[in-house]
Amino acid sequence: MGFFSKLKEKLTKTREGFVEKIESLVTARKKIDEELYEELEEALIQSDVGINTALELVEELRRRVKERKVEDAAELKNILQEIITEVLMDDESRLELEKGKPNVIMVVGVNGVGKTTTIGKLAYQIKVGGRKVLLAAGDTFRAAAIDQLEIWSNRVGCDIIKHKENADPAAVVFDAIQAARARNIDVLIIDTAGRLHTKSNLMEELKKVYRVINREMPDAPHEVLLVLDATTGQNAISQAKLFGEAVGVTGIVLTKLDGTAKGGVIIGIKKELDVPVKLIGVGEQIEDLRPFKPGEFVEALFEK
Amino acid sequence: MIFESLAERLQNTFKKLKGKGKLDEKDVDEAMREVRVALLEADVNYKVVKDFVKKVKERAIGAEVLGSLTPGQQVIKIVNDELTELMGGTQSKITISSKPPTVVMLVGLQGAGKTTTVGKLGNQLRKQGRRPLLVAADVYRPAAIKQLKVLGEQLNIPVFSLGDKTNPVDIAKAAVEHAKSYGNDMVLIDTAGRLHINEELMEELKNIKESVKPHEILFVMDATTGQDAVNVAKTFDEQLGIDGVIITKLDGDTRGGAALSVKAVTGKPIKFVGMGEKLDALEPFFPDRMASRILGMGDVLSLIEKA
Ligand SMILES: Nc1nc2c(ncn2[C@@H]2O[C@H](COP(=O)(O)OP(=O)(O)OP(=O)(O)O)[C@@H](O)[C@H]2O)c(=O)[nH]1
Ligand SMILES: Nc1nc2c(ncn2[C@@H]2O[C@H](COP(=O)(O)OP(=O)(O)OP(=O)(O)O)[C@@H](O)[C@H]2O)c(=O)[nH]1
Ligand SMILES: [Mg+2]
Ligand SMILES: [Mg+2]
Repeated sequence: MGFFSKLKEKLTKTREGFVEKIESLVTARKKIDEELYEELEEALIQSDVGINTALELVEELRRRVKERKVEDAAELKNILQEIITEVLMDDESRLELEKGKPNVIMVVGVNGVGKTTTIGKLAYQIKVGGRKVLLAAGDTFRAAAIDQLEIWSNRVGCDIIKHKENADPAAVVFDAIQAARARNIDVLIIDTAGRLHTKSNLMEELKKVYRVINREMPDAPHEVLLVLDATTGQNAISQAKLFGEAVGVTGIVLTKLDGTAKGGVIIGIKKELDVPVKLIGVGEQIEDLRPFKPGEFVEALFEK
Repeated sequence: MIFESLAERLQNTFKKLKGKGKLDEKDVDEAMREVRVALLEADVNYKVVKDFVKKVKERAIGAEVLGSLTPGQQVIKIVNDELTELMGGTQSKITISSKPPTVVMLVGLQGAGKTTTVGKLGNQLRKQGRRPLLVAADVYRPAAIKQLKVLGEQLNIPVFSLGDKTNPVDIAKAAVEHAKSYGNDMVLIDTAGRLHINEELMEELKNIKESVKPHEILFVMDATTGQDAVNVAKTFDEQLGIDGVIITKLDGDTRGGAALSVKAVTGKPIKFVGMGEKLDALEPFFPDRMASRILGMGDVLSLIEKA
């Protein structure tokens, strides 16, 4: 099975609902009227796009329809798809990993979104790509978080740097960076404890981890990935904003897209904060991580 | 801007109307547009919002403006009352069986907070003088059993486990037998997170239900869940028949509109809310507080309460 047919299969649930809804909307009638725009707006909102972004998208749709003198309602889907793709498109966003040096990836996010699992999957991908990976168990707080990451490191077949539960995460990270240098590691991935973006003491702790990385290796971390759960609604915007302010997020991983949630909130995040989505999670297994390719993603989202 | 206070917006909308005796249709329409936006920003489900707005509109048109309230405050009061009503009005507790042990099973999507909540519930029940047994029936997630064991150790509450090679149905059955012989009057079963559309895993839950006949099946939901909350909750309810809901992670800045959607769609009461990662951060649910949170109201509410 090719990559995209597989992705499409995983996204079937996402497509049903949203796409079918839009398709039935635009094929069920021929005239472009107010009600049709409203129903499109509704479909967007139901995909967690958020009311403000939905209104903006529909406004832009109206503008283009007028400008191009479109009369056939069936055209609307393509134009809407075009608009959303443009929003997500404007930079090709891949992981920035350079050859021949320890790259440091820090993974952050609120509780339970899929950070540790994503790290396992990502480490596997990087290892399969022929590079040496090291994991750092920077979540010393949650019960058995270290054991969980260790199981992933065994699955991947890579090393892990860990301290005891309740140890200082900054100390774990310090050790991990020394180990990465000594062991000739290509990519060091740092797990962090889940924390709500509004808890200032926990965000301070995260900043401290960031500072330690940066002090030990001045151009690091090379990537700060914010993990967002696709089932999250408008609160994801606040998460992206505050994590961004604290540790300079360089990319988003959107997880749990194998469910029925649409993850539409990333459109608003891209619009407002301009943080690119780099990876998507489509399951709990080790291979269930995909690059986020905006054009193809939206296409898969809109395809029959 | 997201999360701007609805109260503030309504105040502004209605500033010009101060001193009016009655609300007419045009005023109410304008207000309800704002209410709609606020509810959608709070992640209340689209369809739920639609029905809700219609209902409130009917009540608001022609309503007398109370002497001490501005028309804006008056609409907020109606919205607030209706939201509270919709979320069940009063507090619901968990059922305790007259014939122990009471069996409680926690279910939900991945990462919702089930395992942590099992610990919190155990802690709370023990403080009430009961003898809970925590049951590790998640055999899939890496270190899920260890996680529950660590919580049990921290709380000094026994954890029942048969490792990750035994079928969760057998684990649940054996746990209930264990509780009977060791005098545990509450059995709290932690299940693996699963997607509502995963038929095989939903079947597993049905089989657990069939074999141990839980007195309570509690659906655990993350407060930040968006529009999909209704699909998830509805499916869990249809497949399993849930008895109540626990909303987790309310300690952040989420408005938690999904809570309203879940109640509206399943009709099942919210029994507890999770307010933090610590094991004492589980609180009873108060519909009125949740209502004002969804609306994003602070000071205005206390003003209204006086009216
Ligand atoms: N269906 C699905 N489940 C996922 C995905 N990614 C992670 N999960 C599950 O989500 C749950 C939480 O994942 P974790 O990796 O522990 O999340 P975390 O962000 O590290 O959690 P904390 O460290 O507790 O904050 C686990 O049950 C994972 O198996 C995904 O893409 N799809
Ligand atoms: N801030 C906050 N975090 C919570 C709350 N409840 C749970 N968590 C955190 O959410 C994350 C996931 O919790 P778990 O209890 O592992 O969730 P789960 O539903 O058992 O996850 P799976 O077994 O992977 O499906 C952990 O980091 C918990 O500490 C809460 O009320 N507030
Ligand atoms: Mg983790
Ligand atoms: Mg669990």
